[in-house]
Parts: sequence; C-alpha cells; structure tokens
Amino acid sequence: MPKSKKVVEWKPVDIKTELLKQYPPKVARKRAKQILINEAQENSAPPEIMANVRTIPGIITMRGCTYAGCKGVIMGPTSDIVNLVHGPIGCSFYAWLTRRNQTSASGEKNENFITYCMSTDMQDSDIIFGGEKKLAAAIQEAYDLFHPKSIAVFATCPVGLIGDDIHAVAKRMKEKFGDCNVFAFSCEGYKGVSQSAGHHIANNQVFTHLVGTSTTEKTDKYKINLLGEYNIGGDGFEIDRILKKCGITNIATFSGNSTYDQFASANQADLSCVMCHRSINYVADMLEVKYGIPWIKVNFIGANATAKSLRKIAQYFGDDSLSERVEKVITEEMPSVEAICKNVYPRTEGKKAMMFVGGSRAHHYQELFKEMGMKVLSAGYEFAHRDDYEGRQVLPNLKVDADSRNIEEIHVEPDPSLYKPRKSEDEKSSLEEKGLKFKHYEGLNPDMESGSIVIDDLNQYEAERLVQLMKPDIFCAGIKEKFSIQKMGIPMKQLHSYDSGGPYAGFKGAINFYQEIDRLVNSKVWSLMKAPWEESPELSATYVWE
Amino acid sequence: MLLRHTPKEVTERTALTINPAKTCQPIGAMYAALGIHGCLPHSHGSQGCCAYHRSTLTRHYKEPISAATSSFTEGSSVFGGQANLLQAISTIFNVYNPEIIAVHTTCLSETIGDDLPQIMKKSIDEGNTPEGKVVIGASTPSYVGSHVTGFSNMVKAMANIAEPTGKKNGKVNIIPGWVEPCDMEEIKRISAMIGVDITLFPDTSGVLNSPLSGEYTMFPKGGTTIAELKGCANAIGTLALGEWCSADAARFLDTKHKVPCSILDMPFGLKATDRFINALRTVGGTTVPEEITDERGQLVDFISDMHQYFYHKKVAIVGDPDQLISMAEFLMSIDMCPVYVITGTPGKRFEKRIKEITKESPFPVNVKAQGDMFLLHQWIKNDPVDLIIGNTYCKYIARDEDIPLIRWGFPILDRQGHQYFPTVGYKGGIRILEKILSSLLDRNDRDAPEEKFELVF
Repeated sequence: MPKSKKVVEWKPVDIKTELLKQYPPKVARKRAKQILINEAQENSAPPEIMANVRTIPGIITMRGCTYAGCKGVIMGPTSDIVNLVHGPIGCSFYAWLTRRNQTSASGEKNENFITYCMSTDMQDSDIIFGGEKKLAAAIQEAYDLFHPKSIAVFATCPVGLIGDDIHAVAKRMKEKFGDCNVFAFSCEGYKGVSQSAGHHIANNQVFTHLVGTSTTEKTDKYKINLLGEYNIGGDGFEIDRILKKCGITNIATFSGNSTYDQFASANQADLSCVMCHRSINYVADMLEVKYGIPWIKVNFIGANATAKSLRKIAQYFGDDSLSERVEKVITEEMPSVEAICKNVYPRTEGKKAMMFVGGSRAHHYQELFKEMGMKVLSAGYEFAHRDDYEGRQVLPNLKVDADSRNIEEIHVEPDPSLYKPRKSEDEKSSLEEKGLKFKHYEGLNPDMESGSIVIDDLNQYEAERLVQLMKPDIFCAGIKEKFSIQKMGIPMKQLHSYDSGGPYAGFKGAINFYQEIDRLVNSKVWSLMKAPWEESPELSATYVWE
Repeated sequence: MLLRHTPKEVTERTALTINPAKTCQPIGAMYAALGIHGCLPHSHGSQGCCAYHRSTLTRHYKEPISAATSSFTEGSSVFGGQANLLQAISTIFNVYNPEIIAVHTTCLSETIGDDLPQIMKKSIDEGNTPEGKVVIGASTPSYVGSHVTGFSNMVKAMANIAEPTGKKNGKVNIIPGWVEPCDMEEIKRISAMIGVDITLFPDTSGVLNSPLSGEYTMFPKGGTTIAELKGCANAIGTLALGEWCSADAARFLDTKHKVPCSILDMPFGLKATDRFINALRTVGGTTVPEEITDERGQLVDFISDMHQYFYHKKVAIVGDPDQLISMAEFLMSIDMCPVYVITGTPGKRFEKRIKEITKESPFPVNVKAQGDMFLLHQWIKNDPVDLIIGNTYCKYIARDEDIPLIRWGFPILDRQGHQYFPTVGYKGGIRILEKILSSLLDRNDRDAPEEKFELVF
C-alpha cells in the first residue's frame, strides 16, 4: 500500500474485533480465546491464552503436521542417521533438503545422509495387504547400500491406520544387523494438533534409543548440551564458535549439525541449555531426571541476549577463570556488533514489526528488534503451548485434552549407574538466589509491550487483516505467508528458514540481522509498485513535448 | 561430494526409493485447481499435506499459494473426516468466499474410505454450500501414481462440471497439462494468432505469475471461469496435451458429452508443436498465419546455425512422462542424444514410447518409469553425460559429477524465469535451445585451455 495513505490508529481491542468480524459465531468464539491483548497485569490475574488446540477445518493455517515436527525439525538435521520414511512418496519428498539446516559433514570420512531422501514409496497393494514386509526390505536395502550406524524409521498417516508395527520391524532388523541401531517414530501426521506433537515423539525416541549409549568418555571441563538449536542458516555454527572461544564444550546440539555420537553422549554434559523451549523441553527434563543434569533457558538470538546467556553458563560453573574468559570474549565481540547497530539504527528506529513463528522465535527475535530500536506490535506462535506464552508456572494447571493425551509421556527414573546430580540442592538454591533460575522460562507475554497483541495459530485471513489495519514495516513468518504479505507492499522476512540469510544467532548473527532488516525495510522496491500513470491518472488532455 | 555414498555399482532395489523423481498426487491436484478462476483448493487430510504442498508450490513460483485443509485429528482419522470437511466448506465460504472449492483427498482420507461425492452432496443438502457456489472433488490417493496422476484427476473433476446446452459453441477445449503459467499464456497467444476460439483449462496464467501492485487478492484475475468449464460440453473438440496429464479429462468429455478429442504430445520442441498447430487449425477450421510459420522457421534456423554444438551430445533427462516424451523427441530432432530417461511416475507405456523415439540413437538408451534419481546418478557414474535436464534436485548430481544442468520441470526451487518464459511452441523451443547452448558453451569457455579459448562460436 502506498506510504502516502493515512494510517488510522486502531485500539488493540478494536483490532481484535475486526479480526473476528468475518467469522461464523462458533469460529469467532474459539479464535477470541487465542487472541490476547497483553494488558498490564498489576492487581489482576495474568491474562490467559488458549494454545495447542485444534485448528478449525477450512482455516488456512500456518501449521504443519506431527511428521513435519518429528522428521523435519528434530531428526532432519542429523547427518549420520539414515532417515527412512515409511509411507507414500510425498512426505519424504517434501522434507527433502527444504529446511536450510546446515551441516558440516564434508570430507570422505564423515557420513552425511541429509542429501538423500528415502522412502518405502507405499503403493495401494501395501495399503491393502500391509507394509511391514516392504519396510523390512527397505531397511535391509538401505543397510546394504550405506552401512550406516543407525536407521530411523518414520511413520506417515496411512501407516498408523493400517496398523503396521514399525517398532517391531525396527527391533527385528536391529537384532539382525547387530551393528546398526534401527528405531522408529510413530509420528503419523494426524496426531496432535500441530508439529508440536512430533517434537515430543522425537524427543522420547531419541532419549530412549540414543542418549547414554556412548562409551567414549568426554573429559572437557565445562560441558554443556545445547537443546533446541537447529542450525538454520548456520546459527549453530556461530554459537559453537562463541562457546569454543569461551572454552565451553558443546557435547550435543539437539539437533542442528548433530551426529549420532553427540546424541549418545548427551548424558555426559554438566548443564543443558535450552534454546527453543517448545520443541525440546521434554529432553531437558528427562536428562535431569535420569542423569542429574540441570537445565537453564538461554537465548543466543540478539547480542545482549547472547552475552547474558554466556554469563549464565559461566555463573553455573562458578569458576572465576571461566567468567573472566566469557567477559573477555564479550568485550572482544561487542564493538563490531555495536558499530553496525549504530549504523543501521537511524534507519530502523521506530519501525514496527510483527512476528508469527514457531515455538520460540517469535520471542527470541524481539531481542534483535529491540536492539535496532524497533517495536513489536503483535506476535504469536504457530504451535506453542500456554507455557511458552505465559511461563512455566502455568504447567500444573494445563488441561490435557484428547489430542495431547494421545501423545506418549515416557516415564523416566534415575539411571542406576549413570545418575549423578551435577549440583546439590544447596548449590542450586544458592545459585537461584543469585538469579540463575533452573527449569525456568517466563514465556513470551512478559516481554511484550503493554497493549500489544498476542495471537496463537495466526492464519492467512487474520494476517492479511492485521497488516491492513496496523501497517507494520516488516512482517515475519514462514514461506507460505511470504508472498501474500509482500503483495501488499510490506517486506516479509522468513524466520523459519531465514530466506537465504543467516546466521542470525550470536554476535556475528546479530550483525547479519541488523543489515538484513535494514535492507528489507529500506528497500527501494516498495517505492516502485505504482506506474507513473497510476500515481497521477488524471492527465489533462494536453501533450507537453518539451 | 554431496552424494558421496552413492555407489557406482547398480544393485536391484525392490522396496527402497532413494531421491525420488516424483511426488504424491495431491500437490498435482492443488496446482491444477489453482488454474480455476476464484478457486480455493482444499486438502482433505492432515494439516501437513496442505502445508507441504503450499510450501513447495510457493518455493517454485514465489507467489502466494492459498489452500485450506480439513485439519484431521486422530479422532477424525478414526471416525471419518465427514464432519471436518463439512465444517471446512462452511468456514471457507464464510471467511474467504471463493467462487468454487476444489477438494482433493489424501492417503489419509482415502485409507479410511471417506466418500467425497456423498460428503459434497450432504454439504449442499445442509446448506453449507451457498447457492451459486460450486464444490468439486477429486480422489487423489497418494499411494497410486504420482503428482501427475493427481493433476490429471483434478482436471477430470473440472471437466465433470461441464453442462451441455445442446448447442455447439464453436470453441475448442485445450487441456494444456502440467505446464507453467507462461506456457498456458503462450498456448492462448498461438491459438489467438491461428484464430481459434479456445477454452483452456486449467489456466494458471494470471494466477501464479501475478504482479506486485501493493494489493493482495486471494483470487487473482487469471484462471478458467466456472462458466467456461461448464461450456466445455458444447465445444467442437478437445485437444489434450499429454497422455498422462490431460487425456482422462478429454476422454471423459468425449464419452459423456460427445466432444471429439485428440490426444497429442505436449508441444515442446519442433515436431510436437507442428502436430499441435496442425491439429488446432484442423479442428478450428482455420489457416495458420504466416507469423506462426515464421516463428517455426526461426526455430529451424537456430537449429541449423548451432547444430555443431548439439550434435551427438549425450543428455540425461528426468521428470514427468509427458514432458520427457516431447523433450526426448526434440533432442533427437536436433541430433542430441538422450541416453538416460527417468520418471518416477509409473507406466510401461512411457518406456515403450521413449524407446520408439530414440530407436535411431547412436548410443544405447536407458529408460525407466517408476525410477529414481539415485539410479540416474548411478548410470551417470558408469558413463557420464554432457548435460542434465531436470528439476532443482539434479543440482546435487550435477555438482558432484561436474555436469552442466538445465532446470526444467518441477520443482525449480533455486532459479527464476520458468513462470515467465515459456518453453512450449516454437518460441519456447528457441528458449530451450538457448539454454542448452549457453550451458554447453559456458562449460566450454570454463574448461578450454588457453590456446583453444575462442571468441566466436
């Protein structure tokens, strides 16, 4: 839309009314509970948002399925496990190299199966007579061709319906091979209400079949796991660079640029650092219960957030030399970040953003926008739960509905030989007193300005209305949303795959992001949309030749 | 090496597909449905299907792809998806207000046995489908055929709404098959030049190559209208371009409404375009204007000017049956040699047809339907080619084996132009040759030793 048009200031409550206006009453009632005006919380109970509930059929949702969350998100980035999809061809095809999770597995010695798309390509006869035989044969063929250390099998919708026992097949093949860990995920697309169920299923199986199986002892001094970081656009590379510079060893990333051995060794870390709370908090909890590894929430998106997270890790280990080294790294890195921020600031200050992504990015990226002097008008998640909005204190009160009840909760107990509490209860409380909070996530809402609008499971219609009404300077979501937003003349940044950019994590990532947003919100293209004859259509009937 | 685990030795696989040269039916149905004016495609299945298809089509076209989903849950998978679809239809007409909803099924709804016609009827009976609005449906089980089959099934569902008036309308139906929006535009341009009044369906031009103007509309200007689709029953004939993509719909109109049909190859390259134009002027009863003959002559001129660079160059082509058949014929006609031909789509007829087309080839030809790119790569490792023609996924093979690649087919995720520059017709033929020539000569320039580096080609 042309910049010249007058921007009408809408009140948040009117925006909400506008968003709901077009819906049939039943739909409007449900959506009303998923749209929250982030009001001041003093003297009243914090506002509640409805999340992790079914999308209404017919609504053009941003969400995907359980298979996408399991195979695509969590298991996709691991390079040396053969991912074999049991189902018709499509599911495997669409998840083939489309997610920009980068991998450093070059060189002939390293295994890298990410470039391969494998499927049992089920045919109608397999649907009718069952696909277990074909699955077993496919596992055998994959084993014969590649001799991988592990094969992971993923179920698609029809597999659950026809009752193929993929776990039995996997177990049988594992026993047959002896040197290949074959295991399976019941991640049929219809389970749960979004990708989120798939994350949970993936967490459970990785924890059950991989974690704790490594016999190689890791002897480094400051050992952490980085949970919920997927190395999109190389984010994980940048975080690893910083950690290494600080002298911190990253035992396992779940699951950006990960390997089988990383997962298998995760029990040897002394601290779990959770990036994306939504997708991986289950593993963090299980690592604590079974092995005694505490977890803290970190955020490496934003230069200040990165510095803060590094300080938290140093604080946990409580070693002055580590703290000094961390401070040294921050001092070294910050000047170049600040220089670029200062450069773009005059062009980004006061600009307005909207973000509707994932289960953590809509929160994390607020840091970067703040650093650039930008304001977030509205934000929300695609597949989060209430705790991601309101904080983990709501967990005991969460209602478990039918869709969540179907997702297995695995019961974990302290490992008889490997359980070792990394910190005593006293040490933990003393750290808590100093401000280091364990198992704590305060959620998105407290970080949003008062009067901003928080929307869960935003859809195509609401996105379009929001942009028309509030006219942000930039809108962030995923590939499906990108071009309808840009047709309206509003730059759109993908915060799932980052378009072509990244990394945006850590210090170098912050620099990249400042420059990218500067490019987007100040691009000349948005001034080229109208032809001269459209801008002033009523020419007088005179020709002016000179 | 990105595909370094691919062994040179070819072993038989009976169960494992690796690096497929096809995807599943529903995405084809979604693409076809976008070629109806004012249509919202609807995926009757899990959310993920719809999300994946929209993402893939968006990445290919860099355009908004709107489509809705029945958002199946575990409950609907057990009890059937009827309630979901009824609610979806009601929601869609209330919120997005399309002229028509084109529903396609998925492996999920097919496996549980949802009866689409029955649910659609119920939707009308219960008033979910408002007066004057249309809902069509195609059965597109993902475990049968490929994306091409899904496209064909949706095109047939489009033909299914044709209504005879008892009076011929003098128009010719052209079913273009799975080609790009610009190809559909080109077919319309050629038909207008020949003076034949046509109904093109589906027609994604003006839908998936729309301008950036500052306004967003879910239903852009383009697409075949419902009125035009209804009128298909009154046409004087149908030309179906591509056996796999278009024949079913054409045969349906022939059987049901006595609209005679002719099944042709897709008009890629000289000879297939010749046959298309000849058939069009015959059924339309018109004369081909000189401008078209001149365009043809330009293509022949190009072939003759640059023949030395094409002659006996070995090519691997991978993609969909209709496109490959015409491409193989075109390559043979300029004395290039398609030596490896692979489609993921099943069909013995395909293998037979390619063998016929390439029987004069000086080199042995490997052809496989229901093959995959892993096999193609193995063939190339055993005996390399000068050029690969296929979709974006071929770039991993091209890089590993250091072979030039022309992106042609679906999906193209990393380059632009396919939605704007047609490859059908004579002008499209010139475009293909330009791409081939540039690829081969760029390679020549890159690799030539200094003493052999030349200014003029």
